[in-house]
Amino acid sequence: MPILSIIIWLTILGGVLVLFVGDNRCRPVALAISVVAFLFSLPLYFGFDKTTAQMQFTENVAWLPSFDINYALGVDGIAMPLILLTTFINIIVVISAWEVIKDKPAMYLASFLIMTGFMVGVFAATDAILFYIFFEATLIPMFLIIGIWGGPRRVYATIKFFLYTFLGSVFMLVALIYLYSKAGSFSIAAFHELPIAANAQTLIFLAFFVAFAVKIPMWPVHTWLPDAHVEAPTAGSAVLAAIMLKMGGYGFLRFSLPVVPDASAQLAWLMILLSLIAVVYIGFVALAQSDMKKLIAYSSISHMGFVTLGMFIVFGIVTNSTGSETTSHAVMGVEGAMVQMISHGFISAAMFLCVGVVYDRMHSRQIADYGGVVNTMPVFAAFMVFFAMSNAGLPGTSGFVGEFMVILASFKANFWFAFLAATTLILGAAYTLWMVKRVIFGEVANDNVAALTDVNRREKCMLAILAAMVLFFGLWPQPLVDVMHASIEHLVQHVTVSKL
Amino acid sequence: MKLIYILTPLAPLVGAIAAGFFGKQLGRTNSHRVTIAGVAIAFLLSVIALIKNIGGDSAVFNETIYTWMVSGNIKFEVGFLVDRLTVVMMTVVTSVSLMVHIYTIGYMHDDPGYQRFFSYISLFTFAMLMLVMANNFMQLFFGWEAVGLVSYLLIGFWYKKPTAIFANLKAFLVNRVGDFGFLLGIAAVVMYTGSLNYYDAFAAAPSLTGETMEIIPGFAWSVLTVTCICLFIGAMGKSAQIPLHVWLPDSMEGPTPISALIHAATMVTAGIFMVARMSPLFELSETALTFVIVIGSLTALLMGLIGIVQNDIKRVVAYSTLSQLGYMTVALGASAYSAAIFHLMTHAFFKALLFLAAGSVIMGMHHEQDIRKMGGLKKYMPVTYWTSLIGTLALIGFPGFSGYFSKDAIIESVHASEIAGSGFAYICVLLGVFITAFYSFRMFFLVFHGKERMDQHTREHLHESPSVVTVPLVLLAIPSVVLGALTIGGMLFGHYFGDSIFVAAEHDVLEKVGEHYHGPLSFVLHGFKTPALYLALAGTLAAWFIYLRKPELAEFFSSRFGFVHRLLENKYGFDDFNQKVFAGGSLKLADKLWSVGDVKMIDGMMVNGSANKIGVFSALIRTVQSGYLYHYAFAMIIGLLAMLSVFIFTT
Repeated sequence: MPILSIIIWLTILGGVLVLFVGDNRCRPVALAISVVAFLFSLPLYFGFDKTTAQMQFTENVAWLPSFDINYALGVDGIAMPLILLTTFINIIVVISAWEVIKDKPAMYLASFLIMTGFMVGVFAATDAILFYIFFEATLIPMFLIIGIWGGPRRVYATIKFFLYTFLGSVFMLVALIYLYSKAGSFSIAAFHELPIAANAQTLIFLAFFVAFAVKIPMWPVHTWLPDAHVEAPTAGSAVLAAIMLKMGGYGFLRFSLPVVPDASAQLAWLMILLSLIAVVYIGFVALAQSDMKKLIAYSSISHMGFVTLGMFIVFGIVTNSTGSETTSHAVMGVEGAMVQMISHGFISAAMFLCVGVVYDRMHSRQIADYGGVVNTMPVFAAFMVFFAMSNAGLPGTSGFVGEFMVILASFKANFWFAFLAATTLILGAAYTLWMVKRVIFGEVANDNVAALTDVNRREKCMLAILAAMVLFFGLWPQPLVDVMHASIEHLVQHVTVSKL
Repeated sequence: MKLIYILTPLAPLVGAIAAGFFGKQLGRTNSHRVTIAGVAIAFLLSVIALIKNIGGDSAVFNETIYTWMVSGNIKFEVGFLVDRLTVVMMTVVTSVSLMVHIYTIGYMHDDPGYQRFFSYISLFTFAMLMLVMANNFMQLFFGWEAVGLVSYLLIGFWYKKPTAIFANLKAFLVNRVGDFGFLLGIAAVVMYTGSLNYYDAFAAAPSLTGETMEIIPGFAWSVLTVTCICLFIGAMGKSAQIPLHVWLPDSMEGPTPISALIHAATMVTAGIFMVARMSPLFELSETALTFVIVIGSLTALLMGLIGIVQNDIKRVVAYSTLSQLGYMTVALGASAYSAAIFHLMTHAFFKALLFLAAGSVIMGMHHEQDIRKMGGLKKYMPVTYWTSLIGTLALIGFPGFSGYFSKDAIIESVHASEIAGSGFAYICVLLGVFITAFYSFRMFFLVFHGKERMDQHTREHLHESPSVVTVPLVLLAIPSVVLGALTIGGMLFGHYFGDSIFVAAEHDVLEKVGEHYHGPLSFVLHGFKTPALYLALAGTLAAWFIYLRKPELAEFFSSRFGFVHRLLENKYGFDDFNQKVFAGGSLKLADKLWSVGDVKMIDGMMVNGSANKIGVFSALIRTVQSGYLYHYAFAMIIGLLAMLSVFIFTT
């Protein structure tokens, strides 16, 4: 059974169906489609063979044979968890929009469903052109979501978002075409095996870097993200942070590292430097924010610093020493990056949804407009403190796992890498909990806060599901790490062999 | 046995979940019943473990409960190590926790957050048990942060109070600074020994003695020293050692029961426990031990001095806690780990007693905490008075009381120690004895004796606290008296701790002290030959003379030595410095990085800048395309001329 195709096309066609169903009945239909899509993605986990790094659940249909472009899908231990995350978050998104979106709800839900299909396609594609098409296609629904349902500065934000990310991926397209001309195929696996000269590797690396660094985003090409987040509707922010950023991280793992390992090794110092800037510099910038969504957006960038750090620390570890123990630490770094991506998917979505909950009531994102929310919304406050703590990387929540692994691994490369990365322990707690202090705690700040009503059943349900996931992977990350282990070990071994 | 060890932390967790999630349905009475039942079970199981352990069966339990994760050949596990050190900690934690749970029924009686409070303190008990029972560094860190979380929640329990929510954020962040070091220490352990498991790491440690690392290029530092100091920075955060002590006095904003449980008896001693647990590592680095002993003695002396000028009853006890934690740290630095744990144990009881007694006074005084507005409470609150006296005598080390044995053991150990810095430490701890006696009895006299300085209304309503409050006081008073005499022989000189604490032969100061030990009675008698006892008496007498006999003297001293007084009142300026430099500085830096770095540089110049450049450029191009035919014709003629002239001149 072509599970991957079913998930992709079920959500895309389902989105179209939702459009036709109309505004009145679109919600249950969208929910049903998202749940069915998630159920279809479960076999990917339970039927996954975790002993191999090979692509699984593969499909291959010739698409444009004259250019050897195929509709080729498949997942390994890196892609599979991200697909599950995507279909899972999709359900939450549909729930979050339930009665909140009154303007054109069918279009809204359809955009999210279609976007989910595209995003699954990004993670599932094993053909470079197919990947590129899905990668670009995701921009369209997100463009519409921010542009139609966004805030007052949505035009500026959408143009910035679109141009930034589009510009980045054009370079990637050039690199892909170059690789095709050498390999004679658009199969990503063929790119992995292709020997490439040093100069070409550097150029290809830079092309990929532009595309993925913008997407994830890395300092200094990150400024589109806070604007996009601030203007996007709640669910848009949640998907943007939870899934779309991960496409950048996934791109590094799927293209940059294995296709041009020598250039990656050569430029690892730059990547590590930028990652550490993301952790420290952006951590400080988050502290200065007065808008809750902007604060969480910056916190996302800072957390993504751990993802790129964990990936490129591999080369720092490998050059530092030799032997089998070395690769094992490198594996820990990359696995930490993956765990961080998944965990951030839950936590950032939850944080944005929390802001959405109070925004729906108060129509303000300014921290200064709040204060003492716990007095009128105790249940919400409990959730908010919980997610804030996981954002600050408290052990027992999933936010701790990835950071812990990356810090341990980077210590092997260099004491100062670990030192700077570990500052997140202080900075992350400072900006998150300071926000919590000003928003949640204290006396009731004003009449608007006094009039707040606590979360309703729908909101409680969606936050509780996310909290359960955060807690589960915090208390037992083994099921997650287990499935990706073979693939990442294979990847690390692959990148330590020169392709020159 | 495994089942018992698993149930011990789980029982309070179940109570916490029940009271936390179903508090409304359960109601007040059932909530405290279920949490107290949970802690009581944990206490009973701990006692069983203790008895089994003392009664010959000292087989160490060291097993994995479940595998958290396997990554990069390193196993991350949740597992228990129960040895003789663990059972002592388990018993101390659960017994004090049980007393505090019972006491809370009275203290929080009218509080709207009653169920929430019980849920939190039970959750704390769970977290603390996980911490002390861990058999690996990851779980230790897990418990370490979890107790920090509960401490955060409890300091900010009264979330409407601005001071409380300031204090809890401060406590969490200062602790995170410590955890920062701690995490790096753990990373070092993992990377150099290849394991998170205590036993594996300890076994691998001796082979690292010669190994160095270059943190700053050109300077080779011993791996073990760096590791131990990093780990100790964690202890400095949690156990509030200078300069990371600043959060503990502010934590008094929380309700009094948790000041007793978390910020006196158990959580703040986690750092002490951790270093004792890591003794196989610390013993390998004398530099680290010197660092420990110096930090500890500074804390013991300087924090005690601040206690003299405090007027808030809880803050006096808080500074005394800081100073006593300093004593324990000094003991660690002198390699007298057993003495540190011994003092940790006796201190847990008498300090919990003092805090709960202070809480009883606060209840009687209608939540007035200023000792200048008290006085003569002796006749109104007899039980509180007598139990406070016992606690105070134990604290100052009055011969025969439990604190006497543990404190004297520390002083003797430091005296015998030959580690660098021990001479300085010896002076500090001796002076500390005088200061401890002075501020303790200053508070005691101001509260219970002398003129009644409260207002008429308060005086009329003064009465002894209910029995749920006084019974825990009495129950805590008993160990405060007898525990020291009963356990000193075994714990310090009877090799009770066996292999759970490792001391290198050349550092074994307790061995030397033990040569003169002939039972608790002779230890008391021996005390009369040492300066400590006389210093304590002098401190008591001085307090009596200044605050009861000639109260005007206090005024005289504070005005005469105004500079010293101000220095102490400002707590040596730590708070101001942190507030200005660290908090204020980082906010300023944050603001600059954002407004200059992100907004002006990246967005202003690069992103929108290039958009603007394109705009300007296209505007320029646009003017060329004017649409007038004669413009184009003219341009064509010029172009034609130019091309022709090029053609002509080149040929």
